[in-house]
Amino acid sequence: MTFAIVLNVLAEGVLTGLVYGLMALGLSVIFGVVRVVNFAHGEFTVIAMYATFVLFQYFRLDPLVILLPLAAAFFVIGYALQVAIINPFVGRAEHEQFILLVGLAIIIVNTLLMIFGPDARPVLLPYAFDSYAVGPLIVDKPRVLSAFAALVLAAALFGFFRFTRTGTAIRACADNLVGAAVVGLNVKRLYAFTFGLGMACVGAAGALLVAIADASPSLASTYTLLAFIIVIVGGLGSMAGALLGGVLIGVSEALAGFFFLPSMKSMFSFALLIVVLVLRPRGLLGRRA
Amino acid sequence: MTRTRMLPNRRHLLAGAAAALAAPSLVRAQAQALKIAVVLPRSGYLAPAGQSCYRGAVIAPKVLSDYGYKVELTHIDCESNADVARTQTERAIDAGAQAIVGAFDSASTLAMAQVCEPRKVPLVVNIGAAPQLTEQGYQYLVRNFPTGGMLVTNGLRLINDVLAATKFDAKTAVFLHANDTFGTAQRAAMDKLFPTAGLPFQLLDSIAYDPKAQDLSVEVTKVRALNPDLLLVVTRATDAIKLVRDMVRQRFEPKGIISPGSPGLYDEEFYQALGPLSDYAIYNIPWSNPKAQMTQALEAAFKPANPNFRFPVECFNVGFTFEALLVAAAAFKKAGSADGTELMKAIRETNITDHVMIGPAIKFDAKGQNVGIPSAAVQNRDRTPTVTLPAEVATAAPVLPMPGWQNRS
Repeated sequence: MTFAIVLNVLAEGVLTGLVYGLMALGLSVIFGVVRVVNFAHGEFTVIAMYATFVLFQYFRLDPLVILLPLAAAFFVIGYALQVAIINPFVGRAEHEQFILLVGLAIIIVNTLLMIFGPDARPVLLPYAFDSYAVGPLIVDKPRVLSAFAALVLAAALFGFFRFTRTGTAIRACADNLVGAAVVGLNVKRLYAFTFGLGMACVGAAGALLVAIADASPSLASTYTLLAFIIVIVGGLGSMAGALLGGVLIGVSEALAGFFFLPSMKSMFSFALLIVVLVLRPRGLLGRRA
Repeated sequence: MTRTRMLPNRRHLLAGAAAALAAPSLVRAQAQALKIAVVLPRSGYLAPAGQSCYRGAVIAPKVLSDYGYKVELTHIDCESNADVARTQTERAIDAGAQAIVGAFDSASTLAMAQVCEPRKVPLVVNIGAAPQLTEQGYQYLVRNFPTGGMLVTNGLRLINDVLAATKFDAKTAVFLHANDTFGTAQRAAMDKLFPTAGLPFQLLDSIAYDPKAQDLSVEVTKVRALNPDLLLVVTRATDAIKLVRDMVRQRFEPKGIISPGSPGLYDEEFYQALGPLSDYAIYNIPWSNPKAQMTQALEAAFKPANPNFRFPVECFNVGFTFEALLVAAAAFKKAGSADGTELMKAIRETNITDHVMIGPAIKFDAKGQNVGIPSAAVQNRDRTPTVTLPAEVATAAPVLPMPGWQNRS
């Protein structure tokens, strides 16, 4: 075994982890501000994957081209969902929120099954077999492009929260809800905007994930669980934590698959989760409650 | 106004009696077709192969009818899920199925066997290699398909023959296999049989993977680190595509990809997704006999019914599914009854010399296993399965080492 091979495994883990991180970022943003845990997160991700599949299959649109329009469409869906369905549940007991979103998840999965069936739907990109070679490092092109796009989108989201008035207002709501309301911020509108942003992350991540996996309804629960693991490891509500968690999970799965059994990759994600929960319950970059 | 009263008279009574006497013959006439439920994974991760088997089942009634056998089929999708296979089999029997054929996947077939056994409904396995199917003492199950051990024994012997025919000096190999019921059974057979198979290369490692995994990049990286001459694989369907895709992406070029007996490398989806990259993979599996009259009849029925599919690509799944139906239909004709016990007795006494796949007459041993099914070394050439060994049925010579990924046209 050479250093180059291990480097390749690490690179694959980091690249996959960045896309996972973007998906989990949506969950983290929504929880960090609205304080609602989106238990249908993976299901919405799979909807985005199917949307990408349909647009590629019938219009030959590259996932990187439809990335932003799909994110915008999911922003609108998220905004409407928050206003129409989620908002009445914001102040209610957590188990009621849980039932609502799990119910939504079941409806989504079964609707996808009815429309597309249980078969995996691949997006056969023209550059699916291409790869980049940098010295001893060989990384596949679809994964590199997806990871780069995920990084750019995450940076744009950080910039939005940091440098725009709306972003600052949303952070104010997250920090002190009463204070934000007292100074005249429209909390309901900002909540809907935040949910929309979280869903935009999901839409973009779904478009990018087709380069890594084939769209299938059975992936939905896997992605919901994966997003949870990532945000808990990174710190629930922490945007940087979500990206870091994504990379850590991606790398841990890749290394575990390489050094142990590939069929046991997922086990190591859960092991990492347990270690973080025991040693640092608030997550790696999470703030104290 | 007078009303005519419909009182029974002698004519009515005679007509009624005649109808009553005729009824059993009508019932007998209805029972002349055996009701078979064909359970296949037509969706889910095994769908490509399941759909291929289904195409064989759809054309079977007409071909069987030409040979004097009558069957009435109900087609059931078990969604590549053993639980669904179990419940759907239960429902099919409740709905009147007199025999079951299926289910391509060993795990699903085992679940179905647990339903068929207490209900005394014969289950004829079309494809399914896990040894336990015929090792657990089921009385209402027969399998006209090799066990994993038979597949691997025949497969390893043919690898030796391919190496000898091509004069390729392979030094090392890695065995990569799906970790489902079938793949695990194949691994057990490899572990047992490889040390005594007399192959000239060293087996560096055996690596299990999840056939439903999102991608196989880590698995391929692991194989690449070992850099074997040959990659021995037990794949399923879509995972075979992911495997080759990741090998090309990682620029890993083994000298040969050989399956000692598994699907995946000859599915139409494999050819369509990979194009020339699908060529030169070798799979040592049972294959159809192009010289058999029944094979020709099956191909003649297949072409107009499936204009978008090629019989040479589909003949493995189509042939074995057809033969499973043939076994049930022939037994029904012999027994003259659809009663489960009588039908099963006739199935166990099967002796069919004229059939589709290569090999001797279809017969079953005491465990319900057809132990006489041989394999052929089939290689993808110009996106078409081409028999390369044994020489008496070969249409081309095997090619090893295979050309690099970049040198394909």
